[in-house]
Amino acid sequence: MSFSVTEPSKRQKSIAGFLVITYALITLVPLFWVFITGFKTPPDSISYPPKVFFSPSLEGYVNLFTTRTRVTPEQMQALPPPVGFAEAIVRNRDMVIAGPSKFGERFMNSIIIGFGSTFLSIFLGTLAAYGFSRFNVPLKDDLMFFILSTRMMPPIAVAIPIFLMYRQLGLSDTHVGMILLYTAVNISLAVWLLKGFIDEIPREYEEAALIDGYTRFQAFYKVVLPQAATGIASTAIFCLIFAWNEYAFAVLLTSGTAQTAPPFIPTIIGVGGLDWPAVAAGATLFLLPVLIFTIVLRKHLLRGITFGAVRK
Amino acid sequence: MQNISKSFGSQSAVESMSLTIKDSSFVVLLGPTGAGKTTTLRLIAGLEKPDSGKVTIYGRDVTHETPAQRDVAMVFQQYSLYPHLSVRQNLAFPLKSPVLKTPKAQIEKKVDAVAEVLHISHKLDNKATELSGGEMQRVSIGRALVRDPAIYLMDEPLSSLDAKLRADLRLELKRLQSELGATVLYVTHDQIEAMTLATEVGVLNGGELVQFGTPREIYESPSSLYVATRLGLPRINTLPADLFPAAPSGARTLGLRPEHIAISEGTAADGQAARVTRVERLGDQTRLHLKLTGHKVITLADAHSTVKVGDALTIQLKDPLYFDRDGARVERGNK
Repeated sequence: MSFSVTEPSKRQKSIAGFLVITYALITLVPLFWVFITGFKTPPDSISYPPKVFFSPSLEGYVNLFTTRTRVTPEQMQALPPPVGFAEAIVRNRDMVIAGPSKFGERFMNSIIIGFGSTFLSIFLGTLAAYGFSRFNVPLKDDLMFFILSTRMMPPIAVAIPIFLMYRQLGLSDTHVGMILLYTAVNISLAVWLLKGFIDEIPREYEEAALIDGYTRFQAFYKVVLPQAATGIASTAIFCLIFAWNEYAFAVLLTSGTAQTAPPFIPTIIGVGGLDWPAVAAGATLFLLPVLIFTIVLRKHLLRGITFGAVRK
Repeated sequence: MQNISKSFGSQSAVESMSLTIKDSSFVVLLGPTGAGKTTTLRLIAGLEKPDSGKVTIYGRDVTHETPAQRDVAMVFQQYSLYPHLSVRQNLAFPLKSPVLKTPKAQIEKKVDAVAEVLHISHKLDNKATELSGGEMQRVSIGRALVRDPAIYLMDEPLSSLDAKLRADLRLELKRLQSELGATVLYVTHDQIEAMTLATEVGVLNGGELVQFGTPREIYESPSSLYVATRLGLPRINTLPADLFPAAPSGARTLGLRPEHIAISEGTAADGQAARVTRVERLGDQTRLHLKLTGHKVITLADAHSTVKVGDALTIQLKDPLYFDRDGARVERGNK
């Protein structure tokens, strides 16, 4: 039998594969459950034993996007026939659609705040990381430690001061306020991660560009940035995931115009009983942007752009 | 015409060096690692700021100008091609810079011409990372050649290549330089490169320019023992000066290159006896390792020499080099 030191054996591979698949299944089951619950009717969603097979319904999604009012049978009789599938579903529950829910708005808030703070974190983080990486910044190590130290306590520990500060400054429940807050939390991560990536890009490239007739900023823009794309992409994903999922500050600092989806989704439960399908539908939709963002940036996550072009 | 003079602080990488490079000359700075060769180059390029002194190019003081403003091209020791660009884009990069802003058609013409000269035309649309070592370095030389700068700076451009490629590219470089009439400042620790490429060689030691002259001058009349040991294969033999009679006064060390040594078999009147300890037959030449009253001497003999280990020979001197206690040259005339 042939034997290789570097290549794992078939047996080892199949054991590893089995473990990975098992682990993936365990972590994916809750997600799968949320996904199918979104397509159940409310009774199906709380039936015991839980139903794995059920007839799918869009009731959860309809409930997520609408507000509804109960009507008496007499009132129902008086109404014209339902227009559209949504109205039909709602009427089955002796209700009519009263108007759109706030979910769409909240979802947009999440997008604006999540991507806004990610962009700002990356923008500032890249410039700062480049500066720390390339220039003799006075007290460089102390500054880097200070930036890291902002991550050393749970951000929520300063919730009260931030709450008071935001109220004074008029930043409570504003998009700008939330973007600034998430950027402040993310920027230390961004600076540290990006500095690591930029440190790995040899200075020769910039020096070559400087001699080739470019300014320092043009060299940064044309030579460093394309090579840092990998690092920027992965840092952006981390920043977005944090800003997107953040719950505590969102609950505390937003209530209306700038409320994001995470604090909004639980409030659905309170409207008309425990509407688990609507919650599940909200959670499913909530997962999509980060998923798409990650898939879009995935090709940039592949390392090796710089491989071999500079000989060490 | 450049006139460069500068000293460099803290670590003292380059100490008050003055160097003038004539137009269309090929100047090679030779020295071991840490002699300040690369720093000198980077000072001229503007990648380092001098602590004092100034750099002038064609009479224009460029000491406080950015590298882009100086009109210099540089080939780095490492390939440093832009890995995210194709070979064509790499070659066009300097031409597209805000300083040159070359029209598109002209860029294409120049890139094609340079690619032709360096035999990389067929690789133009490859990614920079898909090239072999020799090709990468050729592209990197090409990126300098597309321009017509005041001076080309080359920092050991051939040191990362294998011997065959190095020899080929060396010839190519020399040909290009004389064809273009370009001014080149070339840094290396390889004495063969220095001897073959240079119109003038500057020998560096510890950040100081110790001698500057044509390769022949430097080889034949080194100003110091240090310079003498930098050039010549096998290396110059150093012996106590009083081993042979007729040493000039003040001479402490005797420097013997193979051409300073006359060997005769058996014993001769005014020679010193030596014994052969090793014979290296290299095909085109034979290297003899000799023992001369306790000192090792390496010299060359005819390729078909029949000398064997253990043979007794006599060594006579032919115009050897003498150096004083500080390693400075002592002329034979001032006895």
